[in-house]
Amino acid sequence: MAKVLVVTSGKGGVGKTTSTAALGVALAQMGERVVVIDFDVGLRNLDLVMGAERRVVFDLINVVQGVAKLAQALIRDKRLENLWLLPASQTRDKDALTDDGVGRIIAELRTKFDWILCDSPAGIERGALLAMRYADEAVIVTNPEVSSVRDSDRIIGMLDSKTVKAERGERIEKHILITRYDSARAARGEMLSIDDILEILAAPLLGIIPESQDVLRASNVGSPVTLNNAASAPARAYTDAVRRLMGETITMTVPVERKGLMRRLLGRRAA
Amino acid sequence: MMNLLRLISRPTASAPVARERLQILLAHERGLRGQPDLLGVLRAEILAVVSRHIVLDPDQVIVKMDRGKHVSTLEVDIEVPNHAKRSIAAAAR
Repeated sequence: MAKVLVVTSGKGGVGKTTSTAALGVALAQMGERVVVIDFDVGLRNLDLVMGAERRVVFDLINVVQGVAKLAQALIRDKRLENLWLLPASQTRDKDALTDDGVGRIIAELRTKFDWILCDSPAGIERGALLAMRYADEAVIVTNPEVSSVRDSDRIIGMLDSKTVKAERGERIEKHILITRYDSARAARGEMLSIDDILEILAAPLLGIIPESQDVLRASNVGSPVTLNNAASAPARAYTDAVRRLMGETITMTVPVERKGLMRRLLGRRAA
Repeated sequence: MMNLLRLISRPTASAPVARERLQILLAHERGLRGQPDLLGVLRAEILAVVSRHIVLDPDQVIVKMDRGKHVSTLEVDIEVPNHAKRSIAAAAR
């Protein structure tokens, strides 16, 4: 049965798009049929992170408005044959997205895919609400920082009240994904600890993605980090997260960079 | 000398402060969630009650909440014109 997963956060810049792309790739690498949808109308970026920016012809809004068929708007990944992208519109007004229209598209995608990953825009407005509206589960991307945790708490409140599942009285499953985590700073008490965040948000942990240069390097070249450098620390963390999503029990660790001697010496001084 | 001391001493951990601030803030915000705007509701109801007796300019009804550490205060400021008419409802009684 298909699962609809919204990747959300409230706050911008915490890594929703990076995480959607990395999780989508990792799921596809495990043989699942995956579609990633960009809900950020007017500020689309998932196409860029996925390296498909030059292949966008039709978009989500074209499909909602009946200008294009779903099959015409879906872009198949060139590297992974069971991974697809449904891009957002760059030019249209975000009000062109309707609840009914999104509902119809999600229902159709449910018949074709195992996983439907909805990349939410930042904020708590219409776009974010529609991205979570039909979700079965939610990944809440959180940085170990006060404003991000506060916004995650707000988003959790919305997931529990504004989704179709919540309105039916069902429970929407929530997973906290902590990104940009720096274990050295957390150990020195300079950064909220994992336990602090989980206690405050009262939701289970899906994974801890360490702060890493590999993430920027991957987005620079349009290849999600799980594809670009599968052995890197963030890629291993995303892959573990995906295996947990699929029901496996995996010990929670913060994957660390395998540093060379020089970088280790220099890195310590810079920290 | 101060700079030297600062270099030697470990910076105090700021994460516990972050945690405490968040816990207090979120306890408050969660309480408000899903409720209609409390001050708006209070203002409308106070206005309705007072208007039954005195003709008021709705803009002159000001309701403020000041949240203190131990107690909060609710301040209601209603400006009544000196030659205020009694409202029709009150006069008819």
